[in-house]
Amino acid sequence: MKRIAWPLLVTLLCLLPPAGRAQSADEALAALSSPSFETIRQGVSMLAQSGHPQATAILAALQSSRLFARSSDKALFIKTDSGAFNDAATGKLAPDIMASGLKQVRLNNAVRAELDAALGSLRLFSPDAGTRRDAAEAVFHSHDPAALPAVERALTHESDPAVKLRMEQASAAALLFADGSSEPDRLIAVAVLRQRGDIDSRSLLASLSGQPPAVAAAATAAVNAIDWDLQLWSIAQSVYYGLSLGSVLLLAAAGLAITFGVMGVINMAHGEMVMIGAYVTFVVQQVIRDIAPGLFGASLLVAVPLAFMVAGLIGIAIERTLIRWLYGRPLETLLATWGLSLILQQAVRSLFGPNNRDVSTPGWMSGAMQLGGLTLTYNRLYIIIFAFLVLAALMAALRFTSLGLAMRAVTQNRQMAAAMGIRTPWIDALTFGLGSGVAGIAGVALSQIDNVSPNLGQGYIIDSFMVVVFGGVGNLWGTAMGALTLGIVNKFLEPVAGAVLGKIVVLVMLILFIQRRPRGMFPLKGRAAEA
Amino acid sequence: MMILNRATWLTLVLVLGAAVLLAVLNLTTAQTAAYHVPTYAVALVGKYLCFAMLALALDLVWGFAGILSLGHAAFFALGGYAMGMYLMRQIGARGVYGNANLPDFMVFLGWHELPWYWHGFEWFGFAALMVMLVPGLLALVFGWLAFRSRVTGVYLSIITQALTYALLLAFFRNDMGFGGNNGMTDFKDILGFPVQAETTRCALLIITAMFLCAQFLIARWLVTSRFGKILVAVRDSEARTRFLGYRPESYKLVVWVLSAVMAGIGGALYVPQVGIINPSEFSPANSIEAVIWVAVGGRGTLSGAILGAILVNLGKTYFTSAIPSLWLYALGAIFIFVTLLLPRGIVGLFSRRERMVQTDAMPAVPKGAREAIG
Amino acid sequence: MSDVSAELHDTLLYLDGVTVSFDGFRALNSLSLVLEAGEMRAVIGPNGAGKTTMMDVITGKTRPDEGKVVFGRDTDLTRLDEPAIASLGIGRKFQKPTVFESHTVWDNLLLSLAEDRRPRFTLWARETRQERERIEEILITTQLMDQRDRPAAGLSHGQKQWLEIGMLLAQEPQLLLVDEPVAGMTDAETEQTAELLREINRTRSVVVVEHDMAFVRALDVKVTVLHEGAVLSEGSIDHVSDDSRVIEVYLGR
Repeated sequence: MKRIAWPLLVTLLCLLPPAGRAQSADEALAALSSPSFETIRQGVSMLAQSGHPQATAILAALQSSRLFARSSDKALFIKTDSGAFNDAATGKLAPDIMASGLKQVRLNNAVRAELDAALGSLRLFSPDAGTRRDAAEAVFHSHDPAALPAVERALTHESDPAVKLRMEQASAAALLFADGSSEPDRLIAVAVLRQRGDIDSRSLLASLSGQPPAVAAAATAAVNAIDWDLQLWSIAQSVYYGLSLGSVLLLAAAGLAITFGVMGVINMAHGEMVMIGAYVTFVVQQVIRDIAPGLFGASLLVAVPLAFMVAGLIGIAIERTLIRWLYGRPLETLLATWGLSLILQQAVRSLFGPNNRDVSTPGWMSGAMQLGGLTLTYNRLYIIIFAFLVLAALMAALRFTSLGLAMRAVTQNRQMAAAMGIRTPWIDALTFGLGSGVAGIAGVALSQIDNVSPNLGQGYIIDSFMVVVFGGVGNLWGTAMGALTLGIVNKFLEPVAGAVLGKIVVLVMLILFIQRRPRGMFPLKGRAAEA
Repeated sequence: MMILNRATWLTLVLVLGAAVLLAVLNLTTAQTAAYHVPTYAVALVGKYLCFAMLALALDLVWGFAGILSLGHAAFFALGGYAMGMYLMRQIGARGVYGNANLPDFMVFLGWHELPWYWHGFEWFGFAALMVMLVPGLLALVFGWLAFRSRVTGVYLSIITQALTYALLLAFFRNDMGFGGNNGMTDFKDILGFPVQAETTRCALLIITAMFLCAQFLIARWLVTSRFGKILVAVRDSEARTRFLGYRPESYKLVVWVLSAVMAGIGGALYVPQVGIINPSEFSPANSIEAVIWVAVGGRGTLSGAILGAILVNLGKTYFTSAIPSLWLYALGAIFIFVTLLLPRGIVGLFSRRERMVQTDAMPAVPKGAREAIG
Repeated sequence: MSDVSAELHDTLLYLDGVTVSFDGFRALNSLSLVLEAGEMRAVIGPNGAGKTTMMDVITGKTRPDEGKVVFGRDTDLTRLDEPAIASLGIGRKFQKPTVFESHTVWDNLLLSLAEDRRPRFTLWARETRQERERIEEILITTQLMDQRDRPAAGLSHGQKQWLEIGMLLAQEPQLLLVDEPVAGMTDAETEQTAELLREINRTRSVVVVEHDMAFVRALDVKVTVLHEGAVLSEGSIDHVSDDSRVIEVYLGR
C-alpha cells in the first residue's frame, strides 16, 4: 500500500507553492528513507528544491554513502569522518546512536544522476560566488534541460554580474537542448553562446540537432564566427609563447650584446655566466630556507643583485687574467674562453654535483591568468617583463651613466678616450663585468624555467650568438628585436614542423640570413661599422 | 718550398712505421708475450689516426686559409654515417629482427620500406663515393653561400657551429632514418671480413695510416703550390688579394671542399674501428675539440696537426680512464695555455726554418675592414 | 655625353656626378673628375673630403648611390667587383702598407704578377724564367733586391710601402691609385718615392692622394682639391694654392 501511495504524495508535494517548503522538506526527508529507488530519487529532487538549510550536506552525504536511516522511525543520520553520527535534519551531533539500528540509504544509477543534478542546482544557491559560478559551469557543460528551472530561479536571485553571465550561458545551453523552447528563445540562446565564444560553446553549438532551420542556420554562423575568434586567439597565444621564448633569448643574449657587440670579445664562456647566475639562485634559496623561510617569496629578488655581482666579478677576473692578452685576436679569444667554459662547468660539477639542482618557484610566480582566450602563465609573464626591464636598465646604463659614457667613448675611439684621461683597461674590465653580470641575472630568470645543471649554459650559447649577429652586432635594440623575432618565428613553426624540426629550420634560415646580410638586421653603416 | 722536406719524411715514416709495427706485434705474438699489442690498442691507434685526418683537414682551412671552422666534425660525422649505412646494410638478416631488407631500428620504428636515400648503400663503391660526395656537397653549398657573401672571421666560425648544431638536432630525430639517438652499431662485416676480427682491425689500421699519409701528401702539395701561397695571402690580407685581382672566395671554396672530403674519409675509416656512429659526433664541442688538436700541434704546420691530434687524444684516453674528473680541467687548461703561451704550437717551438706561418697576424673582421679602408 | 668626351680627350677614367652617402652623411657629393691616359694627378683635401671613398668607388669596394664611373672607352666600373676591376688594370695602394706579411718579398711580387688568377692555373703553376726576370726587374726598381728572401713582416715601414708599389707594378696596371705613399717616411725616402712615381708615370697613369704639400709640389702635376665630397678647385699646384676657397678650407674658419 505504502509503495503506491509514496509517488502520489511526492507528486502532490511538488505542486505545492513555496509556502509549503518546510513541510515539503520533511516529506523529502521521509522519502529518502524509503526502500524504493524511485521514491529516493524523487526525494532527492524535492530536497534540492526545498531550500532546507541542511539539503546540501544531506545530499553530499548520500552521494558518498554516509547517509543512514534509522529503521525504527525513518530518521536520517549522517556518519562523520570520525565515525560518529549527526542528525541529518539539524546537522547537530546525535550522541547515542547505535550503528546496529541504522540502515544505509542505497543508490542506483538513476538516483546518482538525480543526485548529481540536484547537488549541481543546489550549489547554484550557495552563499559562495565561486561555488555558484562552478555550478553554473557544470550546468553549461551538461546542458541538461532538467536543470533549467533551477538555473532560472538562481538567475532571479543572482547579484554578482560575472556569475550571472555564467548562469545565463548555462540557461542558454540547457534551453537549446530542452524540447519545449520557443524559436525566439533559441535564437537568443545561440547569440548568448556565440557571445561566450570559447571552444566549449563551439562544440555545444556544433552538436545541436533537430533545431528549427533559422536556429540551425544561426548556430552554423555562430560556429564559424567562433572558429574565426579561436583562430585569432590561438595566433595571439603563439605570439605570447614566442614572446616568452624571445624574452629568454633576449636575457641570454643581452650580456653577449655587450661583450661581443660592444667590445668585440667572443666569450664562449658566456653561457657559463648564465649557469653561475642560476646556481647563485639555488644557493640563495637554500640559505633562505635555512635561516628565514618566511622570506622565501623574496628569494629571487635577493638572487638578482647577488647573481649580477658574482657573475660580474668573475667576468672582471676573466677579463683581467685572460681576455686582455687576446684583444684583436678574436679567434684565439674564442678558443681560450671555450677552455675556460669547460673549466667552469667542471668546477660547478665538482661543487654541486652533476645532477639537476632544484630551484623552486615562489608562490607569486606560479599559476596563470586568463585573458580572453589567452592563458598567461605567471612565470613566463614575469620573465617577459623582467627581460624588458633588464634591457631598459642596460640601455639606460649605457646612455646615462658615466661608466656608459666612458664605454661608448672607448669603443668608438680607444686612443682618443685614453688621451682624454679615461683609464681604458679599467673600462674594458668593467664593460666585460657588466656583460657577465647581465648574463648572471639571466641565469636567475632561466633557473625558473630550465633545469639548473652544469650544462645549462651550453644550451644557450649558440642561440645567443645567433641573436646578437641576427640583430646587428653592437646594437642593443637590434638584439631585442632579433630575440623576439626568432622567438616568435620559432613558436609559429613548431605546430607546423614540430619542435626540433622548427628549431632546425630557424637555424638554417639564420645561417642563410647571415650569409645574405652578415651584419644583421640593423647594421651600423659607414665608417662606424668599419672602424 | 719542397713537398718532401725533412719533417714530411719523418711524419710519413713515423705514421706508417708505427701502424705496421703495431699490426705485426698484434698478429704475430702470443697474447702473453711482453711486447704483445692487444687488439683494443690497435683500434685505439686507428681511431687516433682518423682524428689526425680531421685535424689535417681543419689545419688546411684554418692554418692556411684562415677559416676557423667550428663545425668540421660535421663533415667527419657525415662521412662516418655514409660508411655506417654501408655497414648496416651488410648486417642483412643477422640483425635482432632478422629482417634482410631493413636495419633493426627501422623494423623497430615499424617501417616497411627502405627510404630512397638508403638505396645503393649495399654496394661498397657507392658508399665510398658518398663518403666523399656528401660532405663535399654540403661544404660546396655552405661555402659558396658563405664565402661569396664575404662572411669571415668569427661570424663564419659561429655559423659553422650553428651548422653542426642543426645537423646534431636533425640526426637525433628518429624519422630522419639514421637511427636517431642510438645511431648505428652492431656491425658485422666490411667487404666480407668480420669487423671484430684481429686481422681486420690490423688491416684497417694500416689502411687508415696509408690514407692519412696520402692526405698529408696531397695537403703538402697543395700548400707548397702557388695556390697554397695565395691561400696564405688570403689569410693575411684578403683585401689585398682582392685588389690584386684574385677571387678569395674561389680559393677558399676549393680548399674548404677538399678539406670537408678529407674529414669525411677520416670519419668513414673511424666508424668500422670504433664500431658505432651516433649523433653526438655532430656535437659542437667535438668540433671545437678538434680545433685544439691543431692548435696544440701547431697551426699552419701539417705535421703539427697530426701530432696534436694524437697527443691530445692520448692524453684524453689516459685521463678519462685514470682520473676522469680532471679531464675537462686539463682540456680547458690546454685551450687557455696554448692560445696564450704557445700560439705556434709544439711544432712551432722546434722549427725555426719553416717560418711560413705567422700565427698572431690573423685578421679579424673589424681589423680586416679597417685595414682595407686605410 | 660621356662617349663624346672620352673620344675627344683619350680619357682613361671618368667620374660623373658620383654620390655616396653613409647614414645621411654624404661622403661624396656629386663628384666629377676626368683623368687622361698617361696623366699623373695629385688629389688633396682635408680629412673627410672623400679622398679614400673616391678610391673605394673606383676600385669597386663601395658602390655609388648615383653617378657614373667609366674606365677607358666604355667600361662601367660601378657594375664590377674588386677582382674584376683589378684585372682590368687598376692597381691600388692602401694608406697603411698592406703586403702579405708571412710571405717573402719575392713571393709577394710573384703573386702580384699579371697572370691567370684562377685556382685551376695557380694549382699547377711553376715559376718560369720570364717571371723570375720580371720580379728581379721590379726588385731593382724598388731597391729591394737585398731583401728578396726576407718575410715581408720584417721590412721597415718605407720598404713595405715600396714593396706594395712594386706589387702594383707587377700587376701591370694602366692606372695606379696610390693612397698617401709617403706617410711616415723620412725626407730621403720621400724624395725617392717621388722619383719612383715619376718613373712609373712614364708608362702608366697615376692618381696620388696625399697630405704632404711639399711632396705634391715635388711631383709637379695637375692637382685636384676635394672638399666635402666634391671638387673644390683643380689646376697646377700654384693655381690651387692661390685659390681663395682652398685657402679658406685649409686655413680659414
